[in-house]
This record gives sequence, C-alpha cells and structure tokens, in this order.
Amino acid sequence: MSAQTTETETDAFPLGMAARGFRGIVHRIDAEGHALSLQPEEIERRLIELGFLEGVEIAILHEGFFGRDPIAVRVNGATVALRRREAMAIIARR
Amino acid sequence: MNTMFRQPFGRLALVGVPNCGKTALFNALTGSRQRVGNYAGVTVEHKTGTAVTPGGHRFTVIDLPGTYSLRARSPDEEITRDVILGQQAEEARPDLLLAVADATNLRSAIRLVMEIKRTGQPMMLVLNMIDIARYRGIEIDFGRLAADLGMPVVSASAVRRGGMDRLWAALDQVAEGQAPAATENRWTVPGVADLRAAQREADALIARSVRHPPKPDTLTTRIDSVLLHPVAGLLILLALLFLMFQAVFSWAQPFMDLIETGFGLLGAGISDLLGPGLLQSFIVDGAIAGVGSVVVFLPQILVLFLFILLLEDLGYMARAAFLMDRIMGEAGLHGRAFIPLLSSFACAIPGIMATRVIDNRRDRLTTILVAPLMTCSARIPVYTLIIAAFIPERQVLGLFNLQGLVMFWLYAAGIVSALGASFVAKYVFWPNEPTPPFMLELPDYKLPRARSVLFDLMMRAKMFLRRAGTTIFTMSVLIWVLASFPAAPEGASEPAIYYSFAATIGRFIEPVLAPIGFNWQISVALVPGMAAREVAVAALGTVYAIEGAGESTQQVAQALAANWSLPTALSFLVWYIFAPQCMSTLAVIRRETGAAKWAWITFGYMLALAYVASFITYHLALVFLPSFG
Repeated sequence: MSAQTTETETDAFPLGMAARGFRGIVHRIDAEGHALSLQPEEIERRLIELGFLEGVEIAILHEGFFGRDPIAVRVNGATVALRRREAMAIIARR
Repeated sequence: MNTMFRQPFGRLALVGVPNCGKTALFNALTGSRQRVGNYAGVTVEHKTGTAVTPGGHRFTVIDLPGTYSLRARSPDEEITRDVILGQQAEEARPDLLLAVADATNLRSAIRLVMEIKRTGQPMMLVLNMIDIARYRGIEIDFGRLAADLGMPVVSASAVRRGGMDRLWAALDQVAEGQAPAATENRWTVPGVADLRAAQREADALIARSVRHPPKPDTLTTRIDSVLLHPVAGLLILLALLFLMFQAVFSWAQPFMDLIETGFGLLGAGISDLLGPGLLQSFIVDGAIAGVGSVVVFLPQILVLFLFILLLEDLGYMARAAFLMDRIMGEAGLHGRAFIPLLSSFACAIPGIMATRVIDNRRDRLTTILVAPLMTCSARIPVYTLIIAAFIPERQVLGLFNLQGLVMFWLYAAGIVSALGASFVAKYVFWPNEPTPPFMLELPDYKLPRARSVLFDLMMRAKMFLRRAGTTIFTMSVLIWVLASFPAAPEGASEPAIYYSFAATIGRFIEPVLAPIGFNWQISVALVPGMAAREVAVAALGTVYAIEGAGESTQQVAQALAANWSLPTALSFLVWYIFAPQCMSTLAVIRRETGAAKWAWITFGYMLALAYVASFITYHLALVFLPSFG
C-alpha cells in the first residue's frame, strides 16, 4: 500500500511502538520495509484475516514480560496475540 | 432434491475457524461412532463419524481442520480446501457443508462463510455456543442472517443437554429432501483487496443482524489482567505446571495401589490355580507382570490428560503460548510450538502430529526435533519406579515432597534440554532465516463441560489400554521368552535368567553401557524398551521377577534398591531424560517430515545426549555420593 497523505497521517504511528493501555483505531496496514519472514502481502492478508481492518477499534490489553513482547490486542471484540515486530505493520492512530 | 444422496446416506463436512467448538459439535453429532485416521501422503488427521438423527436418518460426518480462509497456508488447511472443492481423492465431495461459528465471535467466521459460499457448495450455518452468546446478551436475528447469507442458519450448543435439538431437526429436514441447492463454483484465491472487501461486507452483515450488549463482557479481559500479567502470569503458569505434576503423583496414588493389588491378586490366584511350571511363569511373570506394571500408570496418565484437556477447554493453552512466546522465541521456537510441546508431555506422537498447526516449515521441523525431549507419560513408569526405589519419601522445607521435587526436576531437565536443542538447531540448520511471525487468537475463557472432558478422557484411556494390550503385551511376552530360554542347566548355581538369551544380549551390549554404570539387567531391559519407554519397567519387572523378587512394582523397586547403586540409578534416570527409547516416535517423525534423515538426526542427537549426560551423572555421583556406591 502506498502511503496516504491525509491530515491524520502525522498522528499515525506503528502499533508495535504503542504501550499497554493504548486505545485507538487502525489507520492503515503497511507491511513494507519490515524484516519479516513472510512476503509483505502475506503479512497484510493475515492481519486482515485476524480483523485488523482500517477504521477498526483496537486496544493493547496485555504485554509479555521480556521486552514487553508479545502484545495482546483487542480487535473489535476478539483478542489477538502478536509480536511487536508484526505489529509494526499496523499503523494506528488515536 | 433426490440428487442429494448419491451415497447410501448424506455426507456432512464440518468447517470453521479455529476455536469455534467444531470438535465438540462433531462429538455431539457422532458420539462414540467415530474413526480417526490419516489422509494418505500427508499426515492430516482424518476424522469421520456417523450421525443418526432423531428421525432415524444417517449421515457420514467429516471433521475438517480449522481454517481462517481457503487460501490454505498449511497442510491442514489444504485438506480443508480440497475436500470442500471436491479435489480430495479419498473423500467424496460432501453433500452439505456445516459451517460452524462461535456465536460470540462472528467476524472472521462470517467472512469465512462468505468465502466458502463462493464455492457454490450447499451450506448451512451453525451458530455454536449460542447459550454463552445469550448469557452475554448478544441478540442475533436468525431470519435476517439467513436471508443475507442465503443459507439456513441454526443455533446449537454442543455441550448443553438439548442444545442440539434445532440442528437435529434441520438435519432431518435435509435428509427428507429440503437441502440447500448447489450452485456453480466462483471461488478464486482471495487477494489482499478481496479479503478487505469481504471483511467489510461481513462486518456490515453482522451489524445488520447482531446486536451486542451496550456493556461488552469484560470477564475474559479481567481474568487476563491477572493470568497474562507480565510477572504474575508467568508465575501462575509455573505454579500450574508444578501443581499438575504434584497432582500426577498424589491424586493417582490410591487408584494405582488398587490396580496393583488387583494384578497382584490375579497373579496369585492364577499361580494357585496352575501350580508351578512354565505355563504359570509365562502367565504370571510374563503376561500379568508385564502388562500390570504398565497399566498401573493409567491413573497418572489420566490425571495428566485431565489437566491438559481442562486447560485447553478453558482457553488457557493459547495464553500459555502467549506467555511462553518470547522465551521460546529466544530458543528458536514459535509460541505456537508450546501446545505441541505440552501435548508431548502426554506422548510425543500426538505432540509431533500437533505441529501441523505451525505453518512455517523451519519452525515445524525444530519443534518436531525437540518434542521427544519433553517428558512423555511413558517415562513416568520409569521415573516413578526409580524414584520409589532410591529417593526417600520426605518433606523438603515442610512443603514439598522430595520425590515430587525430583520428578519436577526431571521434567525441568526435559524442558531445558528441549529449548537448548532447538537453540542449537536454529544455528546449525537455519542460521540465516528470519524468525517467522506469531499471530494467534486468544479465545474467550469458557467453563469446560464435564461431559466433553470425560468423553475425551475416556478416549485416551481406551487408547492407552489398547496399547498395553497389544504392543506392551507382545513385548512382555517377547522379553519373557528371551529371559526364560534357554533354561538353566542341571544343578545351576545362579538364577535361571543368568543362562538365558536375554543375559547373552545384555552382556553383549554391557561393555558399551558399563562406563555409564549400567549392569546387564539394564542392558537387557533397554532392548525391548526401544518399543516403548514403559516397556523397560515391564522388562525389569520380568528380569527381576524371574530372579525371584516377585512381580509387583513395589517388589521390583525393592529388587532394584537391593541390586543397583545410587549412581547407577541416577545415571539410569538421566538416560531416560534423553534417550530415544521409542520406535513409534521415530516412525512418526519420519512420516511427518517425509524424510528418514530427520528421524536419524533425532535418534543420533538424543542417543549422544543420553550417553554423555549419563556418563557425567554416573561419575559425578561416584565422586560426590561415594557412601551410596
């Protein structure tokens, strides 16, 4: 996905950098440029399958002990566990 | 709809996302009329059963592996796709797909239903766990949902009495000819844009027909704030595992004593009946002592499985994967490997088969390689025997049972060595590959239902007893033959077994095992012990029973305490942490990886670990515990 230049873009940041207690919405998915084992498109598909869709409400509920990783994210009524590395592909805003 | 039945009776396939309660529904539909096998070539579990409706109609039911999409990212998901598309050679295309959805979590389920609908297959949506959804105040407009999806929608609760009534009624209607019709296949592999559009459509559809309570249920989140707490969560997980292993010992004991007494009485009764002789020796020392010394562990294995089943049904297993992901990640394992590895505590075979949920080949291979190091229940008989014989039963710090503590240490050693082995494997086999992702849905907590847990537990008990009745019985007989023939010469000064084939084999490999403190009796026991670890106990039982020590486990323990030094016992314990003493596991590894190479690698590295570790243990014990030598 190409970067969208909207007014909210400046407030957007990767979910992988957010702390526990963060509440916001998915701004867009951008899996390019991360050191992942899967193709960016596959990461994007999996994130969508787990419910990470633009505009959906998300909240970080829990985080692990070591390196505060992985994180448990509430996505529209379901809870999904993922590593911060993959969460970098989810661009969130408040 | 006469076209519905090309076969004697209709074929139903259950399909749904993971954690939707599909298996519980399968059990409720088929009861005990089910068969578990494998699809040829791949090792995906092929579960079929027969459902008989109240109206007397029969259906063949196929339980397909859970999937989020027909895109098929793993061998499991490929099977689901192929069966649905009618491309699976061994499985006729189902007449009706029962799409199962967790009524409390519809988003991904409805998207999957819409995707499968594109295949044109006749479908019916089953909203499972409807009781929980109602309890939480979720209101579902079934008519609207059915109209929007273009398929019948029925509610069900697989675990409640009467919860299946609506589904049964719907199946009766299907059998009487009111089945949904098939249409042409318009399914194509969905791309990113398709998935987005599909999820939006699913969300819109759910918004029209499902009303969520104004205050969402936060119980799961509140429980998780403790159980997934960075520090408390890990401590609770550790405490749970510790409790599990203490329970395996204390809860099972009375039942074990009962079984032991039972076999003892049986042996004594038959002895009296037959009088001394070869036949008595065969039945009492060979068959009864051999099978009895293994069946006695049934209570412990059931307690272990009870914990695993309860934690799984509760929804805790995914949490354990979450808590362990980072630790396992450091060792080069996937968080999802936690569940296969935990299953390996029961038996490495289901554990290795459970690695199929790991879609990345590298992660899967690593998990398979280290799974046999987890302490499987077949080691329990060996450990208990040695612990009972050599570790005094006393309290430590007034809190822990010393025997339980040693057991815990043995389990810990298995875990640590598995993590270490996978760490090494990561650098030996895949030094440059990046770590694959960990993404896992954490299902809401649900109270396990006694009925379904008991059902699963009974299946395990049956499997174990069948094994005891076949493999272990055969091995017991074999070892008895080896230990009884040839008979002692006239006027022999040593016990009869001293002159047997078993002793010949044992003495032959003894020089190799002598540096780690093993005598020839152990060497003898290790040979049939390759069939299964617990057979070593039966073999030791037979070897020492024939030497005249009696046949009960307690008596075997006494015989060992009298004949072995403490360093030998410790070395033997350590041997069993690592040694690849299980042919079935190696066979499964070969089958699962599709190459004998990985089975040999497993065999080789485990044998090397066992020998080195036993050698070190034996010699350290000789130095530091000389008074016991």
